[in-house]
Amino acid sequence: MHQVRLQIKGSDEARYSYSIDVQISAVLQYWSKPKNYPLFIRSVPVQNELKFHYTVHTSLDVVEEKISAVGKAMADQRELYLGLLYPTEDYKVYGYVTNSKVKFVIVVDSSNTSLRDNEIRSMFRKLHNSFTDVMCNPFYNPGDTIQSKAFDSIVSAMMVQAS
Amino acid sequence: MEAHEEKPIIYTMENKPIVTCAGDQSLFTSLYTSLAQQLPRESMEWRRSYGRAPKMIHLEANFVQFKEELLPKDGNRALLTFPFLHIYWTDCCDTEMYKASVKDDMLRWQSTLRLHGSVDWLIVVVESEAKKKNKTNILPRTSIVDKIRNDFCNKQSDRCVVLSDPLKESSRSQDSWSAFLTKLRTLLLMSFTKNLGRFEDDMRTLREKRTEPGWSFCDYFMVQEELAFVFEMLQQFEDALVQYDELDALFTQYVLNFGCDHFNYGANWLGSFCAPVKRWSGLLLRRPIDMEKRELIQRGEASLLDLRSYLFSRQCTLLIFLQRPWEVTQRALELLHNCVQELRLLEVYVVQGALDCWVFLSCLEVLHRIEGCCDRAQLEANCSHTVGLWTYATEKLKSLGYLCGLVAEKVPTSEDLNRTVDLLAGLGEERPETVNSLQSPYKKLNEALSSVEAFEKHYLVSAMKKGDPERAEGFLDDSLRSYVAEGWSLQVTHTRKQMAECQKLLQQTEDYLQTSALLAGDANLTEEERKHFCQEILTFASQPPTVALSMAAFAQLRQMQFSPPGAVVHVGAALQLELRVRCLMPVAMQVEQLAATLHFSLEQGGARGRAGSAQRRTGQGPQGQGDGVVLFPQGSPLAGAGMGALLPPALELYEMQDRSPSDSSLTSTGVVCKNMHLLLRRHDSSASLDTPTAGALPAAVAVDDGAQMLRARDITLQPGDNSILFTAPVQPGSYTLRQLCGSVGRVQFVQSHIYPVVQYEVYSQEPQLTIEPLSDNLLAGIPQKVKFTIATGHYSVKKGDALQLSNTDSMPILHSSCCSATVLSSTGGHALSIQSSEKVTSISLPPTPPYHTLEFQLEVLCHIPPTPFKPDIERLTNGEVRHRPKSHSHADSGMINIDQKVSIDCPWSIYSTLIALTFYVPFKAKHSILSAGKRKYIQVCLQNVSDTNFHLADPVLTERQPTVSMELLSLNVKKQQPVCSQQSVFCLWEMRWAKPLPLCLQCAFSASFAPVSASDTHTAFKPYRYEFQLDRAEILPPSGDQHCRTGALCGLEVSITRQAEPSETEGEEEESTEIEGLRTTKLMYEVVDNSSNWAVCGKSSGVVSMPVAASATHRVQMEVMPLFAGHLPFPNIKVFKYLPHNAVPAIQPDTDSCLENDTISLLDKGLDDQGDTASIRSRGSVHSVGSGEQQRGLPMPRLEPFSPGQVFYWSQGRQVLVLPVTDDHVMEVNVT
Repeated sequence: MHQVRLQIKGSDEARYSYSIDVQISAVLQYWSKPKNYPLFIRSVPVQNELKFHYTVHTSLDVVEEKISAVGKAMADQRELYLGLLYPTEDYKVYGYVTNSKVKFVIVVDSSNTSLRDNEIRSMFRKLHNSFTDVMCNPFYNPGDTIQSKAFDSIVSAMMVQAS
Repeated sequence: MEAHEEKPIIYTMENKPIVTCAGDQSLFTSLYTSLAQQLPRESMEWRRSYGRAPKMIHLEANFVQFKEELLPKDGNRALLTFPFLHIYWTDCCDTEMYKASVKDDMLRWQSTLRLHGSVDWLIVVVESEAKKKNKTNILPRTSIVDKIRNDFCNKQSDRCVVLSDPLKESSRSQDSWSAFLTKLRTLLLMSFTKNLGRFEDDMRTLREKRTEPGWSFCDYFMVQEELAFVFEMLQQFEDALVQYDELDALFTQYVLNFGCDHFNYGANWLGSFCAPVKRWSGLLLRRPIDMEKRELIQRGEASLLDLRSYLFSRQCTLLIFLQRPWEVTQRALELLHNCVQELRLLEVYVVQGALDCWVFLSCLEVLHRIEGCCDRAQLEANCSHTVGLWTYATEKLKSLGYLCGLVAEKVPTSEDLNRTVDLLAGLGEERPETVNSLQSPYKKLNEALSSVEAFEKHYLVSAMKKGDPERAEGFLDDSLRSYVAEGWSLQVTHTRKQMAECQKLLQQTEDYLQTSALLAGDANLTEEERKHFCQEILTFASQPPTVALSMAAFAQLRQMQFSPPGAVVHVGAALQLELRVRCLMPVAMQVEQLAATLHFSLEQGGARGRAGSAQRRTGQGPQGQGDGVVLFPQGSPLAGAGMGALLPPALELYEMQDRSPSDSSLTSTGVVCKNMHLLLRRHDSSASLDTPTAGALPAAVAVDDGAQMLRARDITLQPGDNSILFTAPVQPGSYTLRQLCGSVGRVQFVQSHIYPVVQYEVYSQEPQLTIEPLSDNLLAGIPQKVKFTIATGHYSVKKGDALQLSNTDSMPILHSSCCSATVLSSTGGHALSIQSSEKVTSISLPPTPPYHTLEFQLEVLCHIPPTPFKPDIERLTNGEVRHRPKSHSHADSGMINIDQKVSIDCPWSIYSTLIALTFYVPFKAKHSILSAGKRKYIQVCLQNVSDTNFHLADPVLTERQPTVSMELLSLNVKKQQPVCSQQSVFCLWEMRWAKPLPLCLQCAFSASFAPVSASDTHTAFKPYRYEFQLDRAEILPPSGDQHCRTGALCGLEVSITRQAEPSETEGEEEESTEIEGLRTTKLMYEVVDNSSNWAVCGKSSGVVSMPVAASATHRVQMEVMPLFAGHLPFPNIKVFKYLPHNAVPAIQPDTDSCLENDTISLLDKGLDDQGDTASIRSRGSVHSVGSGEQQRGLPMPRLEPFSPGQVFYWSQGRQVLVLPVTDDHVMEVNVT
């Protein structure tokens, strides 16, 4: 029948991605220079981290798809928040792309009903702000994994709040 | 006219808004067909309440006969059966008849309507010409209409419409039709707006009551669905869909809130949805309305799945009407996920696997539905929309397979079978719609669950085949590559684990071991897993086939440290390399041998520039530090090696300072990037091959054989950092570390490149002897110290080895007792024994080990040569030391230097070493003759040109060949006097002689000198000799007369002497001619007197042939006449080279290569042998002569002047005494 193969196609633009899972909540962030490269990834349920990583990795395809779909229409004033990327039975995956094509991904447990679109939106906004701070750090090499404590604490706070 | 059915009509597409017809039924029947046709023909704009956008709408109606039962009773909100408009038809044109029956009938109709509160009515009066013609006494037709209007439409005159001759094809008929239809449409829309508005208001009110106890979602559902039906009936699918979406959202909200707070949330109606799920037959999308489920909902007996299924089937139907099939798939996936979640949230009991069945069936049902309404091409183009459903179905089938024991190797147990039966029971009967379809989801699931074989058949069709490791490996490899490239470490680990399985199954030993090695060092795995993979390697290591694996998985190089740090040693010295390796294995590994392959190159240029190259080496690597440590760059721990491969290497920046060579001031500074070649190179696809970890299958590692190796045997590498010591071999040359290879049994771990480049050098040095002065300049004449330095190199100076210096007379070696040698890097001095024989001086050296430096000093003395040597001719054989850069001042002051060569025989060589020392003569002497009247004095000027102050003692002037007639009387008073640096001392002697005076007087000046600083003045005095020659020259008066007199002719003898033989080049130029075996060159002379003192009588110039031999002299007699009395200077003589006509134009000869000194001695001579009588040419010009000659013809001889310094005028500046004539008139002449 059908075989699902996930390949992340690289482009020349730097691309970052980011992901949060919240039930137990995890923040994952990814960066990709030629491709989708993780910049920061965090998940609260450590035991099932691999699954989250796969989920985030897969969701980047959808992000890509959404960006290219939007790009045709109006590349300039596009909404950074991409909404629900793709639902699974257990998780909801939300996406956000900065103008410099850094991707943020938040993975939330489907049973977590307290996080609706607005909450996710504000989480992304917070992440974006914090990420901007990280980028402003002159000692940060764009492309390196993020080791900023401030960023980490913001992510942690968000995950605690969300769970 | 259709019969009205009692039961509500649910097939909404066939449904139309109901319009009742009262009055004349037969009349209506006759008009029905055209009415039904014409009503939808034009669209009307429907203005909506609540700010909704107006819509164009095509109206249709279901015309039914008016019955009172059709009118809705209070509380009945069924909209589908609601009559929106009531029409009364009449064709009455007779007042009587109207009054008699029609009016009453209409009154009854009106009151019935009023009773039910319906205000949407219309009276249609149909007029026909035919009927009018029948009745003659008819009133004007308007009267009936007016009457009706008057009776019924007191304020709404538009409620009565006239339709004229509807069955005729006339323009009047057309007009009345269109007016009627417009009226009808308008009224219908008004009714819609009014009734739907009222309905919506009611509905909203009902919805607001949802928090009250007793409110039921199912009831409300029915109400709102009614509205949806109406919209659907009006073909407003969008609006209909909105109704369902609102219901969906409301329900979802309820479930969520209920899930959050079970007890305080008063939604008892939800209880029915919380009942255990008994049926999981999946979605049913083939019917527009699933009446079964609807009834369940209506009765409040629907389960959550029923409600959701029904809701979705309605949404699906509407979406397909709206031509949005892809939204169906998307919503379906959301729905399925949502249902699963909701059941979980509400804690509804579901048989294990039941949901999987439901999801599977639903997915397939949706897909079938979509396939049913799209063609193949459309489906393929939109596979991205269906893929999610396929995946979900696959997943669910897989989990069902596991649940029912259909996947495991073993046969299903009875428990599995029971479960299967339960699940199948929950599916219920197959629906009638799909009974005949062979591929129905129901049949598929039934079959798949019936047996293992059938399951495999279905599962393999839907999913990738499992158990085909070969194909799997390919896929895994692909995904692993992308994960590695993107740095997803967990995925990498997971995929590698799967790959290891495949490779093990496929018996790809090497690949398996490589993967195992990577996994064993993978921090993402547990300790046990890592140990397992490590053990796998060790197991293979004990078996025959030798396998080479990449070192990267096994261990990481951390740093390498050289001892000594310079990484440059001489032969025989020990060089140690300490290698720090981080072993990634979870257990201690016994490595039989760790070998570093070396690339050996015999570097040319041996011992020279050692220090420089060592500097370069250590500063070379990017991490190279002064202490001989080479750090190996580490990849990021998170991303592993993949990160390193992708990211460009870090900039290696170095400070650069450019200093001016003269005063080492900073002229420029900057930053240099040293690895620009790496940064700027093109990134090609093969770049990833550099790192073996990048791909799943690392590039084959080749073991470099046969090269030289550094070995360390039997090492145990503990997990973590280890230190391994290598000792480097000692052959001279340059070594570069190429590979590192660790052997664990038959498994070899190979690091194929070592970067940064690690090099060390072993050198061998030839012994070397240098001699250099201790001071800036060596002075001749006094003892000077020179330093001997012996770099022993590889030679070991044994006892009895000696330096043999060949003696020269001009420079004896002075024996000094305090002579001792120092061996650098060892303590204490060693006495030197110096033995001299006639020919050689032998210096025995103390024993010195190789690669040491031996130093000692010797005193030497260079004798000053006695003659007023023509500088640099004899001794300067190699012109290199003539101007030493440090002695500018001496060069300026014309310090004469002597190059003294010393030939030394060294014990390590059979050849003699020739070493030149340059000595400088500290003095310069000049002599001059001074006259006072008839007395003559000889003055010697001695100039100290050195930087040292001297004492001068005992200046003595002697004749070399003493003659009795000559006496030199010293006028010097001081016996000893100081000569400071750059100062002169003058000594004077008076000459007394008895006649005749010799033509030539050879004198020798000698004095002793000693440096002022010398302690022992007397012994230190060294002799200085200066020899010179005085030649007598005199003008003799004409014979018979003592003195020349003015006006009288005197003889002038010009004597030209060749001082030196011409050099080869000059000989050629001068075109020597052979005459009777005597080689001669031609010269032209000319007597010129520019100051009008003399008049040349007769021939003033001529050409002479000079024999080519030193001191050949030619004398020419001439006549001159002095014109004045007194001491007159001698007339000038000019000498030119006389070149014959065929001579090649000569190039100016080098002034210093050949010196030709022509001496002209002027002697008074009588007039007797004056042959030619020529006119007196006192002011003849040679040039004019030359040019005059040249005018006569081209092949003329040429004259060429001598270069400066080639001609020495012996009589330059000399004077002759001319006595005045006694005659007075001559005096007068002089006066005038």
